[in-house]
Amino acid sequence: MAASPSASLATGPWRTLWRRLRKNRWAMVGLWVLGLLYLAVVFAPFLSPYGYTTQFREQNWHPPHITRLHLWDDAGTFQGPFVYASNRLDEFTSEYEEDRAKPVEIDFFVRGETYSFLGIESNLHLFGSRDPTRPIFLFGSDKYGRDVFTRILYGGRISMSVGLLGIAISMTIGLLVGGIAGYFGGRTDFLLMRLVELILALPGLYLILVIRQVFGRDVPSTQSYLIVVLVLAFIGWAGNARVIRGMVLSIKENEYVTAAEALGQRRLAIIVRHILPNTLSFVIVTATLAVPYYILGEVALSFLSVGIQEPEASWGNMLRDAQDVRNLTDFPWVVVPGFFIFLAVMAFNFLGDGLRDAADPRALE
Amino acid sequence: MGVFIARRLLAVPPLLLAVSFITFLLLDAAPGDYVTRLAEDPHISAETLAELRHRYGLDGSLVERYGRWLLNAVQGDFGYSFSKEIGVFTLIGERLGNTLLLSGSALLLAWGMALPLGVVAGVRQGSVLDKVVSFISFFGLSIPRVFFALLMVMFAATTKWFPVGGMRDLVEWDTFTPWQKVVDVAHHLVLPTIVLGTTQMAAYMRQMRAEMVETLGKDFVRTARAKGLSTRQVVWKHAFGNAVNPLITLFGYSLAALLTGSFLVEVVFAWPGLARLTVDAVFSQDEPVVMASVVMATVMLVVGNLIADILLGAVDPRIGVG
Repeated sequence: MAASPSASLATGPWRTLWRRLRKNRWAMVGLWVLGLLYLAVVFAPFLSPYGYTTQFREQNWHPPHITRLHLWDDAGTFQGPFVYASNRLDEFTSEYEEDRAKPVEIDFFVRGETYSFLGIESNLHLFGSRDPTRPIFLFGSDKYGRDVFTRILYGGRISMSVGLLGIAISMTIGLLVGGIAGYFGGRTDFLLMRLVELILALPGLYLILVIRQVFGRDVPSTQSYLIVVLVLAFIGWAGNARVIRGMVLSIKENEYVTAAEALGQRRLAIIVRHILPNTLSFVIVTATLAVPYYILGEVALSFLSVGIQEPEASWGNMLRDAQDVRNLTDFPWVVVPGFFIFLAVMAFNFLGDGLRDAADPRALE
Repeated sequence: MGVFIARRLLAVPPLLLAVSFITFLLLDAAPGDYVTRLAEDPHISAETLAELRHRYGLDGSLVERYGRWLLNAVQGDFGYSFSKEIGVFTLIGERLGNTLLLSGSALLLAWGMALPLGVVAGVRQGSVLDKVVSFISFFGLSIPRVFFALLMVMFAATTKWFPVGGMRDLVEWDTFTPWQKVVDVAHHLVLPTIVLGTTQMAAYMRQMRAEMVETLGKDFVRTARAKGLSTRQVVWKHAFGNAVNPLITLFGYSLAALLTGSFLVEVVFAWPGLARLTVDAVFSQDEPVVMASVVMATVMLVVGNLIADILLGAVDPRIGVG
């Protein structure tokens, strides 16, 4: 035990944080899950067999193939991955029957629909079915016959980035407002903190809906994305500002702040360069734990039909299909996006908890 | 204490004024108004539209309209719902009761489970029960309520054990005896309460466990043990009272969330509470209803926070709130 303080001094705060974090199994699980999720959504065009708007209208509400993948045929010979072709029973219901005589092979690194990724045009997909009229639906298809697996990957681009962008915006505002209020004090502090209290006293989701309404119902999909982020960040910054202000109040008593003042640095520069960096560990922990708020906020807004608009996919607006009880019983795969929301939120919670413990100076080694 | 409460209560009117004005401003900033939708109907003439606007009080400047609303509101008159054409008070009053019924029973479930489970998990660290408790905590903290609610609706629809939504049996309600009515509502209440209750329980349970672990390590607990008290007496008589302190504040905050916390669960379960009403009112720009529910939710938040502070002052003599 006696060696640990000097050891942590020798390795520096970031190394210590990382070393402590690595010991926390659940935090590492969270980190891995998030890493995989972000990789998956970044490489969505390559990983998904189709485009997110591609419709196979004749095969809507097709059940998931993922539980019907085969490697061996009925005779017991190895065939590589394949599924059996399925035929619709009739055109009024969405019931399908497997045709055991007709296997559809799944190939890897196939040429399919063209997409552009990081400015590169390509048509290479990780996997796809050999028969173009018999698409592969790993997680089933939706009411228009779009591949749910594809839409989950593309939808994740929106759902997973809303959190990062939202927290970046609200944390920046929170840092600035909290820093200014804490450093200047007096009337500025009083006014800013009353504003913070006002926003914290507002009933969250009610207000979010009302603000969302200001932008009107019919907005293009790219705009609706920004609106969702801005609306959520507008509410989210206040709590951060309050805590940052409290930290700034004590940090500004340090001698190096007086030194910077004596050297005649501009006051805003003192706040940004000398005071705010000391709140970094708080900022990282809070940001990680706050990302779920934005992910869930997007889900709530899209679920209530004022978030991300069709044909764009997001995990929230995909869940809208589950609002119909008949879909829930007949096509249970409509809840699959929910599992991904759950997974992402849980991973952020695990990681955030681990970071908080690792950054806690009172914690025992 | 009296001064503290008075000072806090004095801050409420300006807050309500600000909140209602901001809401009004935002509603005004939204494109169109309630009448705009009617304008799409070619049978309605421009004169009728103007007359409707006048009747609904949608003409005049922002300040003028807000002033009119405020003047009526302080006299307890929140106006008439445009779309439902009944008094906002009657409309909201009924929905408010339903929301409070749901979130109240969820609150009971959450606290009724969280306290004993948290205590036992804290006392028997590392036991199977402790692991179950921490699993439930993480599950409850992370599962999105919408998703959980949808899974429950799916469960209800597949097993037919529970109704998939609503608050009462629409077909046979009128033939029910009062007792059957109670049973019917309770039956409808089970699933939404479970969803709302377990997700809330998680945070309290975790906190209770942490406080218990910390308290059990204190000197006075060792003293109590040393003088030969039974474990039960040590835990419940000495440790619990001290460990539960921080949770009392949480209880106040959970009161504050009574009106707003159940929002999405109500939507998924088609519970006839405030949520659906407010969502519809916001979308159809039914101004009086939106204003009234926002004001009410704010009051609830403020009162809840105040209760939290008062409770904290009452249970912990070290915290002076004077």
